[in-house]
Amino acid sequence: MWCLFFLSNVASVCVHADKADDDLEMTMVCHRPEGLDQLEAQTNFSKRELQVLYRGFKNECPSGVVNEETFKQIYSQFFPHGDASTYAHYLFNAFDTGHSGSIKFEDFVTALSILLRGTVTEKLQWTFNLYDINRDGYINKEEMTDIVRAIYDMMGKYTYPVLKHDAPKQHVDAFFQKMDKNRDGVVTLDEFILSCQEDENIMRSLQLFENVI
Amino acid sequence: MATGVAAWLPFARAAAIGWMPVANCPMPIAPRDNSKRQDELIILNVSGRRFQTWRTTLDRYPDTLLGSSEKDFFYNEETKEYFFDRDPDAFRSILNFYRTGKLHYPRHECISAYDEELTFFGIIPEIIGDCCYEEYKDRKRENLERLQDDQEENKDMKLPNMNFRETMWRAFENPHTSTMALVFYYVTGFFIAISVITNVVETVPCGSTANQKDMPCGERYTVAFFCMDTACVMIFTVEYLLRLFAAPSRYRFMRSVMSIIDVVAILPYYIGLVMTNNEDVSGAFVTLRVFRVFRIFKFSRHSQGLRILGYTLKSCASELGFLLFSLTMAIIIFATVMFYAEKGSSSSKFTSIPASFWYTIVTMTTLGYGDMVPKTIAGKIFGSICSLSGVLVIALPVPVIVSNFSRIYHQNQRADKRRAQKKARLARIRIAKSGSANAFLQSKRNGLINELLELTGTEEDEQKLIKSTSLLESQHHHLLHCLEKTTAHEFVDEQMYEQNCLETVLQSYPSRSPSISSHDSSMGTCCGHRVKKNIPLPNASVPPAHPVPVHQGPLQELSAIHIQCSDPSSHTASRSTLNLKADDSRINCKGGRITTAIISLPTPPALTPDGDGLHGPPQRRPPPPSVSNSSTDVLQ
Repeated sequence: MWCLFFLSNVASVCVHADKADDDLEMTMVCHRPEGLDQLEAQTNFSKRELQVLYRGFKNECPSGVVNEETFKQIYSQFFPHGDASTYAHYLFNAFDTGHSGSIKFEDFVTALSILLRGTVTEKLQWTFNLYDINRDGYINKEEMTDIVRAIYDMMGKYTYPVLKHDAPKQHVDAFFQKMDKNRDGVVTLDEFILSCQEDENIMRSLQLFENVI
Repeated sequence: MATGVAAWLPFARAAAIGWMPVANCPMPIAPRDNSKRQDELIILNVSGRRFQTWRTTLDRYPDTLLGSSEKDFFYNEETKEYFFDRDPDAFRSILNFYRTGKLHYPRHECISAYDEELTFFGIIPEIIGDCCYEEYKDRKRENLERLQDDQEENKDMKLPNMNFRETMWRAFENPHTSTMALVFYYVTGFFIAISVITNVVETVPCGSTANQKDMPCGERYTVAFFCMDTACVMIFTVEYLLRLFAAPSRYRFMRSVMSIIDVVAILPYYIGLVMTNNEDVSGAFVTLRVFRVFRIFKFSRHSQGLRILGYTLKSCASELGFLLFSLTMAIIIFATVMFYAEKGSSSSKFTSIPASFWYTIVTMTTLGYGDMVPKTIAGKIFGSICSLSGVLVIALPVPVIVSNFSRIYHQNQRADKRRAQKKARLARIRIAKSGSANAFLQSKRNGLINELLELTGTEEDEQKLIKSTSLLESQHHHLLHCLEKTTAHEFVDEQMYEQNCLETVLQSYPSRSPSISSHDSSMGTCCGHRVKKNIPLPNASVPPAHPVPVHQGPLQELSAIHIQCSDPSSHTASRSTLNLKADDSRINCKGGRITTAIISLPTPPALTPDGDGLHGPPQRRPPPPSVSNSSTDVLQ
């Protein structure tokens, strides 16, 4: 009996140790990106640009991956007036194509490549992906309302004119008016791309960030 | 926007594409980055140690030196790097700030050196990270306190224009300022002691008279004690009134602790005078006499330690309060328990809970008088628990108070030590400075030797002497020379000045001019005593760029301008001593020379060996004439 007691203690200690090791492992996860050449081939960036991007990325996330909390923090720093966490959450999901819960440098740079150097269609596809929160191929009103509300949240409280409570809803209604061609209550990818290509403002604004890097 | 994440701005802007389809109106035009510089490495050469970083790293903080165009001032074209002549160790933390966005304070670094570096590079210290901020603030506070202590001592030096009231106040506050103050200090201390001893001795039984039993001395020698008391109270009253008169802010003085103690100390006497020997109030009168013991607190003006103790108690008020509170709680608890435990036993002394308070206090403080003892078993058990817990409860806050006291006490010790060190330090600095002043005089003589040699034409000697001064020295000397020319006066050393002084006195005695009186009054001491007067005089022994605080008594370096008349053929000679403030009206051209004096008190006379040189006959030379004789001595 005494032996059993002793052994059970030892076992529990071992289990605890393993658990501790697991915890330790999880916090120490480190990721190295693929080689520079591969990334250059996969994206539309030059080597120098990739270097610049990686240095900024690694500076902020020395472990090589960004988790959602850090992502939200970083993004919120650019919008001090309001609350950018909701939109950052959607952005994070859009960046994290593998749904792994963390963004690696490859994901980061791939998305940036699309956004900054991609074709119009690619950009619109990416944006559709962002809006389609549940990834079912359709944007419905609730998803769109969530997105628009998240965008308005970033504005904060002090705006001119004063933000009315139903402003997101009105915005969404206008959006659907424009995008939903067959009035079925959802927007598909094709409807989306078509409607956007018809709108000059959107086309022009998509080219706005060509030379960000 | 936090510039630390400036590297992620492109990402944030790219993500803005997500808003575009939602937007209803056209977007503004994006700013163009016209200076399309590729990111390049910048080399920062700090005292030889090369640091390299990307240009964009430095650009993160554009309101600092390295991030703005200010660094172009430090750019070296040949080596294509930025050179800073600063401390490379401190620079490490500054560059890390650019890299990581967090400024750290390295603990081994001196606080003022670090502050200077931060100021130089245009970084405000408030952004020091949380990890290091507390340490930084603590060190900064210590440094400030140290500086304040030094300043306070400087304040103690007598300011020239203090009226009587201010002088008196200073004398009261700091007895070491003058002899009168010291005398006053000791007299009051003596009388306080006398008063306290009188109070004590008053109650001692003094031997019995024939018909009565032992009487306290106070009742036997009433008159004597009354006189003593009166004398002391007179002194204290006078002192209080004087302090009240001299105080810069009377209202604040009256509210201060010391003045309240003073008032409480002398009030009983006056109240006793006023009140008659009425039976009703005599009891109260006796009580009042108790307040006379407060006179002993007047000693706190005399004792630094007592003041520290008082200050400690004040600063530990919260700990003391906690101690008191926890003790009270414990006392009440244990008293209640003991009362109920001892209720059963007969002839128990624990008659009520308040009566048990006494037992609890005596037990908790481990006094144990034994006048109240529990008899039941339960009482004994609880009694032992009480004494054990008493030790604990009292032992807990005491270390805090002790450590506070120790800290304050050590601070004061440090202040005293610093004061002593300061004297030694300043003495050494003085010697070094006078060394440089004398170097100037030396070089001047050498310069005159050169002139002499020029006239006589021996070139080798001239070259020898020219080589003896370095370029820096010669430039410095040239500067002082320019100053001499500007003011039309010259520098000489102390001995020469004294001699000139004496000569002037002797020569000026026959002529009746207004400034004679000042000479007469200080004939033998014209240079000695006068010189010690705290007149703010221009200090000409060091380059004018360094203002020497003139109101340091013993350190004063006077530039006393003393011009004797030279030959009538020379330029305008006005006879003046600085003591007399340049009396232009007197021109006594009985011959003499123009000399100026630098007086460093005390200058080691060994450095200026040629005081005798001036006694030679007046030289018929164009100015500057006077030191030529000494130059020949130097040659020898």
